[in-house]
Amino acid sequence: MATRQTTAAGRILVAPSVILLFAWMIVPLAMTLYFSSLRYSLLDAENSGFVGLQNYTAFLSDPDFIAALFNTLILVGSVLAISVCGGILVALLMDQPVFGQTVLRLMVIAPFFVMPTVSALVWKNLLMNPDSGLFAWIAISLGFSPIVWFTNHPMLSVIVVVSWEWLPFASLILLTALQSLDEEQKEAASLDGAGPISYFGYIVLPHIARAITVVILIETIFLLSVFAEIYVTTSGGPGVATTNIPFLVYKQALLNFDVGSASAGGVIAVVLANVVAIFLMRIVGRNLEG
Amino acid sequence: MAMKQSAGKRVGVTVRAWVVAFLTFFPILWTFITSFKSELDAIAMPPKFLFFNWTLENYVEVQSRSNCLRFAENSIILSIGANIVGLLISVPAAWSMAFAPTKRAKDVLTWMLSTKMMPAVGVLAPIYLLFRDLHLLDSLWGVGFVLMLLNLPIPIWMLSTYFKEIPVDILEAARMDGASLLNEILYILTPMAAPGIASTVLLTIILSWNEAFWTLNLATSNAAPLTAFIASYSAPEGFFWAKLSAASTLAIAPILVLGWCSQKQLVRGLTFGAVK
Repeated sequence: MATRQTTAAGRILVAPSVILLFAWMIVPLAMTLYFSSLRYSLLDAENSGFVGLQNYTAFLSDPDFIAALFNTLILVGSVLAISVCGGILVALLMDQPVFGQTVLRLMVIAPFFVMPTVSALVWKNLLMNPDSGLFAWIAISLGFSPIVWFTNHPMLSVIVVVSWEWLPFASLILLTALQSLDEEQKEAASLDGAGPISYFGYIVLPHIARAITVVILIETIFLLSVFAEIYVTTSGGPGVATTNIPFLVYKQALLNFDVGSASAGGVIAVVLANVVAIFLMRIVGRNLEG
Repeated sequence: MAMKQSAGKRVGVTVRAWVVAFLTFFPILWTFITSFKSELDAIAMPPKFLFFNWTLENYVEVQSRSNCLRFAENSIILSIGANIVGLLISVPAAWSMAFAPTKRAKDVLTWMLSTKMMPAVGVLAPIYLLFRDLHLLDSLWGVGFVLMLLNLPIPIWMLSTYFKEIPVDILEAARMDGASLLNEILYILTPMAAPGIASTVLLTIILSWNEAFWTLNLATSNAAPLTAFIASYSAPEGFFWAKLSAASTLAIAPILVLGWCSQKQLVRGLTFGAVK
């Protein structure tokens, strides 16, 4: 049992982590909030001052922001739909007794370990290039004209790349959940004469519902912050076609040196992410009790 | 009859599963193959799949032209250094969470995990300005520190779940024998929790190695790891696909192997234990 000494020691030992995480998140966040109320440009540092909510009204009424918000939602929504639906199919397939399951698992999970800059550039140049990419060759072989991916369908291209990165994660988590399904329950269902569809709907889906929720929430958190893939392929363009909120904030802060406006964007991104985080922490919090 | 049918079904499922797995894995395989082509073979139409002159010249050139190994060295220093410092901070915290929890320990842990959910852009401007003023931009210390803090909640959480599985009696027996807290953690707890610590380290190395927001924004040359090195290929100069493939293969190979070793822990770590 925890004695008084160990409790005291425990407080001391946990203190560095608490202090560091506090300094890492809360302090800069407070600074972001503060900056967001200032006219603060690095190019014109003399001329700074309090402007209240002006940065927010400017940011929110900026057509680029509306586009970025829309792009963020499209990107997150599409990748979620693709990776969760695809992940369920892949997990169901891998859960069957197949030959070489271990190797299959390794192959399916592999893309998750590829760094984002590599996956984006490999897809853009080796696969999706309209002149000599592999997809162009497939299209020509089938008698179609090759798709000019990143120029004509920039957002779709980014979605494809990011989906490839996240499909393995969804598959792995859902497969893990599937494998904990009780053998007896499976047998009982087949004895009762459940067809594949009702088996999936009444047995499998309720069993993995929680895992699906977790996948959706965790992916949403990461997908709201997609940055490197856009940075190395389209730089947010053409125009603002692939500019999402993280990229817009980056552009304001480090390319336009407008700290005030970037901070307002940062605060908006935090609010967006927090809505998701609250749901996730509820589920995780329930789990921590166990 | 029933046996035959199920064997036939098994073959069908196996074929489908292999096709799906192969397609998923193909971009990585294709990168690997392309890295051994000459630049001309790399853009050949129709593509050359296996029959071309296999060459190592891209690897030689990537190293001699842009000193790829220096970036690899930065990646290694950053991910391992961040891990060592991270362990020094997270092991004591996890001990506290597991063996001497206060009433609010659960809330503290939840709060720590919630910092993971803060989008990086929310603190980009102040961190960038602080780093500029402290001369930490583009320094290994600065970037390493950020990577450590970024992942810190994960080892604290994972380690505390592993520590909880260790019987507290053993630690108490050591205490009775007069072991100090430091000795208790170093010589009793750490060896017993070694497998858990190892899988935690694997996961955080993978996350640090692939981190590509802060490394791209805070490191430009001196401290730039492989993520930033690969990003430099986004501005193409002439034929460069085979070289891009060689650099990419070098950048992902080590972490792919580590990742394959740690896939079980990955589920536990990345879902914060919500899926086991």
